[in-house]
Amino acid sequence: MISYRRRGWYCAAAYLSLAAWMPPAVASPPQPPPSAAPAEDGNWVMPGKNFASTRFSGLDELNVRNVGNLRVEFTFSTGVLRGHESAPIVRGDTMFLITPYPNHVYALDLSQPGAHLKWRYDPKPAAAAQGIACCDVVNRGLTVAGDSVYLATLDGQAIALDAGTGKERWRKQLGNMNKGETVTMAPFVAAGKVLVGNSGGEYGVRGWVIALDAKTGEESWRAYSTGPDAEVLIGPRFAPFYEGDRGKDLGVRTWPPEAWKMGGGTMWGWVSYDPDLQLIYHGTANPGPWNAEQRPGDNKWTGGIFARDVATGEARWFHQAVPHDLYDYDAINEIVLLDMQFNGQPRKVLVRPERNGYMYIIDRTTGEVLAADAYSNVNSIKSIDLKTGRPIDNPDKHPQLGKVVRDICPAAPGAKDWNPSAYSPVTGLLYVPHLNLCMNFESVEANYIAGTPYVGANVTMHAGPGGNRGEMLAWDVVQRKPAWKIAEDLPLWSGALATAGNLVFYGTLDGVFKAVDATTGEVKWQFQTGSGIVGQPVTYRGPDGRQYVAVLSGVGGWSGAIVAGDLDARDPTAALGFANAMSDLPQKTAKGGMLYVFAVPR
Amino acid sequence: MTLLVVVALSACHRENRYFEAPPGTDVAPTQVAMSSLVAGQSSAQFREQQRKEYEENAYHLSEGKRLFTSFNCTGCHAHGGGGSGPALMDDRWIYGGEIDQIYLTIVQGRPNGMPAFGGKIPPQQIWQLAAYVRSLGGHGPKAARPSRDDHIQIPAEQGRRDEELNTAPAQTD
Repeated sequence: MISYRRRGWYCAAAYLSLAAWMPPAVASPPQPPPSAAPAEDGNWVMPGKNFASTRFSGLDELNVRNVGNLRVEFTFSTGVLRGHESAPIVRGDTMFLITPYPNHVYALDLSQPGAHLKWRYDPKPAAAAQGIACCDVVNRGLTVAGDSVYLATLDGQAIALDAGTGKERWRKQLGNMNKGETVTMAPFVAAGKVLVGNSGGEYGVRGWVIALDAKTGEESWRAYSTGPDAEVLIGPRFAPFYEGDRGKDLGVRTWPPEAWKMGGGTMWGWVSYDPDLQLIYHGTANPGPWNAEQRPGDNKWTGGIFARDVATGEARWFHQAVPHDLYDYDAINEIVLLDMQFNGQPRKVLVRPERNGYMYIIDRTTGEVLAADAYSNVNSIKSIDLKTGRPIDNPDKHPQLGKVVRDICPAAPGAKDWNPSAYSPVTGLLYVPHLNLCMNFESVEANYIAGTPYVGANVTMHAGPGGNRGEMLAWDVVQRKPAWKIAEDLPLWSGALATAGNLVFYGTLDGVFKAVDATTGEVKWQFQTGSGIVGQPVTYRGPDGRQYVAVLSGVGGWSGAIVAGDLDARDPTAALGFANAMSDLPQKTAKGGMLYVFAVPR
Repeated sequence: MTLLVVVALSACHRENRYFEAPPGTDVAPTQVAMSSLVAGQSSAQFREQQRKEYEENAYHLSEGKRLFTSFNCTGCHAHGGGGSGPALMDDRWIYGGEIDQIYLTIVQGRPNGMPAFGGKIPPQQIWQLAAYVRSLGGHGPKAARPSRDDHIQIPAEQGRRDEELNTAPAQTD
C-alpha cells in the first residue's frame, strides 16, 4: 500500500514531467488577481467569497471521491417563509445568517456540536416596505469585515453590528419607501467603505450607490445612475472606451425631459473590487418603465457597468450592455475579476454572464469589450458589435405599444438573473446557474404615481427551446464555449459554489442540493432539502478542522414567488409573468426557511 | 307565453349609467370591520346596497377595470393572480373580501405593503375598483363582468407541458 506522502511525491513527479512535456500553448487557466483573491483561510466572509467574486474555495478535504458520504451535520430554522437568497457567512467559530424580510440576523456558535445560537438581532424594518419589493422580500446577504457585521434592510437601512455581541454600532436610513425604494443587496465592504445600492426599478426610482464609512456610517460619497454628471460622479477622470458614452450630462440628455428622475438604473446586485487599481465595479439595472416607448434615447447610465474609484466614487469608465433596454435586462449580475491572456496579450479583465444572454469579457482597466458570446438561447439580440460595444437588436422582437410580441428570448429575468456563478481557477471554467425562459410582451402605458409600480408591460413567460427551464452551464473562459451543461427542469435560482476538491454545488427550486464533478458535470451527490433552494451555497473549515458546506433552503424570489406569495397562476401575468412558467411549482415544493450544513462524518 | 314575452322584454332592459352617483352610493362606508367576526350587530344593509349598485352594473365594472390599470394596481396584483401583492382572484382574503372592506383597504392601505390611496381617488371610482376586484374572484352576475383579456394569453402550444419536460441528469456536449 502506498502511503500518502509517497503518493504525493509520485503525483508531484507526474505533474512535473507532464508540465515539462506540455507544449507552451497550454497555459494555466486565467487566475483572479492575488490581491483580490487571497490564499484560502477556510472562512467565507462575504457572499462573493473574495473581492474578485470567484465563489471558489481552496478547501479540498471534500472532493469527488468522498462527496458521496456527505451528511447533514446540523440545521437551523430561520422562522421566515419567504425566499432565502442569502449566503451563510462564516468567520472563525461563528456563522452569521440573515433572513428575508423581516431581516433577522442570527449568529451561530460553530465551536460546539449543534451550533447553538450565540446572539440574534431584529432590525424591525417597516412592514410597508414589503409592498414595494417587486420580486419577493428577499435579502442577498451579510458581509463581515473587521469586527463588524454589515447588513441592509428591505426598508432601506444600512446597519453595522458588533460581530461578537450583535449590538448595533450604527444605523443609517438610505432609502425612501414613498419613492418606491427598497434595499435587497448584500452590502459590499472594501477599503473602509460600505457600499449599498437601492432596488425599485419597477417603481420609478432613481438608482444610486452610496458609500458609507465602515467605522462610523457617515456618508462618504453617493453616485446616481441617471441625471447630471455631477450627481453621477462623472468628472475629468471619466474615460469610457466607446464614443457613445462620451459627452456632457448624458444621464439627462439621453432621456425625455425629466424622465431620468424616475428612470431606474438601480444597483441591487453585485460589486467587485480590484485593490491594485483601487477600482470597484458595479452594475446598473433596467431603466423604467419597462415600456421603452416612454423613454426614447439610450437612457444612460442604466443597464451597464461602472468602474469607480473606491475612495471618491468618481466614475472611470462605463459600458452599457443594453442601451435603451427593451426587456428588463438589468445589468446587475456578478462581475468576476480575472487576469488572462487574450489574443496573446496579458489582460486584466472582468467576466460577466450578462442578463442579455451574452458572456462578456471586458478589459477592466479601460472598459473595452474584448469578447461577447451568447451562452444561452437568445433571439432578441443578434450579436454584440465589438466596435461600438453595443448589441445589434433583432427588430422582429421590438415591443410596440398595444401589440403582443411573442416568444422573446431570453425573458425579462434574462438568460441569467442575480444568482451568482462560481469560477474555478483550477478548471478554468465558470459555473453559471441560469434560466432558459422566453416571453410574450405587451407594452402598455405606464403612469407614474410615487410609491406604486411603474412598469407598463403585460408579460407571460414560458420555457425556452428544449423545454428545460433552467441549465447549469460550465463555460470555458479561454475557449469561450460550453464545457458541459446540465439541463434542469426548473429555472435555476440558486448561486453556485466551486471548490478545489473539483466539486460544484448548487440547488434547485424543488429543493434538491447537488454536488457535481467540476470537470464533467456528473452528479456525485444530492440531498432533498425541505423547500426550494434560491440561496448561495458556501463552504468553510470548521473549528474542528473539517470542511463543511452550508446552504439556505427556502423557496421564493421572483421565480418562487408563486409559492412564497401564494399567487394564482390562472392569471398568466402574475409575478410580472413569471408565474406562467412556474404553475407546477406549488405541486413540487412548499414554503420554509432552513439552514442545512453538511460534512463527511469522521 | 305572456310570461315568456315579459321575460324577454325585461332582458332588453338596458342598465342605467349614473354619471352622477345616486344619493348615498358614493360615500365612504362607516361601521366596516376588517374581520368577519364582529361583536354586537353589524350593518349589512349598506354593504348590500353597494353590492347591488356597483357589482351588478357593467359600466361600473368596466370603469373599475380601466382604473385598476391606471392606478397601477396591476403592477402588484397583476390581473388578479398577484405578484408583490396578494392574488385577488382566489378566495383568500387577508383584510376582508366584501365590497366595503375592499373599499377601506384601498383608502387606508394595509400594514404589509398596500399603499393608502385615500384622498387621491374619488369615492365613486373606489367603489368601481372594489367591485372590479370582487369580479376577479367571480363575484357578481357574470353578464355584468368584463371579460378577461385574451390578447396576452399564450397559445396552448407555447405553454409548458409536463410530458415534454427534460429531466435527464448530467449531459455533456
